[in-house]
Amino acid sequence: MAQSRPRPLSPHLTIWRWGPHMLISILHRVTGDGLAIVGGLGLTWWLFAAASGPADYATFQYYVWRADEADLAGLIANYVSRIVLIGLSWAFFQHLFSGLRHLVMDMGAGYELKTNRTWSLVVMAAAVIATIALWAYIFTRGAH
Amino acid sequence: MGSGTKVGKVRGLGSAKSGVHHWVAQRFTAIGNALLVSWLIAGLVMLPSHDHGAVAGWLAQPIVAVPMMLMIVSVFYHIRLGLQVLIEDYVHDDGLKFAVLVLLTFYAIGAGAVCLFSVAKLAFAGGPL
Ligand code: HEM
Repeated sequence: MAQSRPRPLSPHLTIWRWGPHMLISILHRVTGDGLAIVGGLGLTWWLFAAASGPADYATFQYYVWRADEADLAGLIANYVSRIVLIGLSWAFFQHLFSGLRHLVMDMGAGYELKTNRTWSLVVMAAAVIATIALWAYIFTRGAH
Repeated sequence: MGSGTKVGKVRGLGSAKSGVHHWVAQRFTAIGNALLVSWLIAGLVMLPSHDHGAVAGWLAQPIVAVPMMLMIVSVFYHIRLGLQVLIEDYVHDDGLKFAVLVLLTFYAIGAGAVCLFSVAKLAFAGGPL
């Protein structure tokens, strides 16, 4: 079908050697897109349920967090939603830290090979640590 | 097509158009997201209860509703810009690309509107204060 005149293309995935800098770039895209679709829809569902009143909000809460002990489908939904929530929080921290790295590099800093490699690793570790800290706090505090 | 930068190689391909604006807006909203989404996560985690009354009452306060609305605008603007780049990278057919970009725009503005309306409703009409 219709295609415009060929644009100049930058070299793609296949020519790069794997390393932390490559992984972090891919993760920035994957986490951004995940947050945009899953997070965006989740945020909308949450706010709409809250605005719709106590009954609708209770339904939202039931499937997302606390189904009845006897309701297997509800419990499965709870597990899936917890995995999604933990995943979204990791995606946020990963995207936040790699986004900050983007902003630093936009100013022209951090391109030296060793520096770049070090900060890529720091960013990925920080995202995992922040996620663990957040959920450790939530679960030890007994969220409801 | 070569990969040099001689003017002859780029002539006739069209201007960069709104590229710079897109790039800058992606970064402005990135800073907005960093501050406001972190604020939302902290606020939610610190709520003593997550029942309807607690959540709706929290969202209804002006000090929460206003940053929340700012966050919604910043996040969905950033989403519109971010997913656009993804689509432009992977969808090469002009017609399909146009259709997907329309869909993306409807999603970003539509979901953003639902979110803004929900917060406004809670702030103006709902939630015990
Ligand atoms: C939580 C809400 C957020 C969502 C839904 C989101 C979503 C996205 C998406 C979909 C992209 C496009 C990724 C791609 O395909 O290349 C993107 C790019 C970007 N995001 Fe976010 N983001 C969020 C928060 C943040 C935060 C907190 C920062 C912090 C600095 C940030 C910084 C950036 C930057 C700098 C880019 C541009 C990357 C580039 O030019 O290649 N984002 N975001």
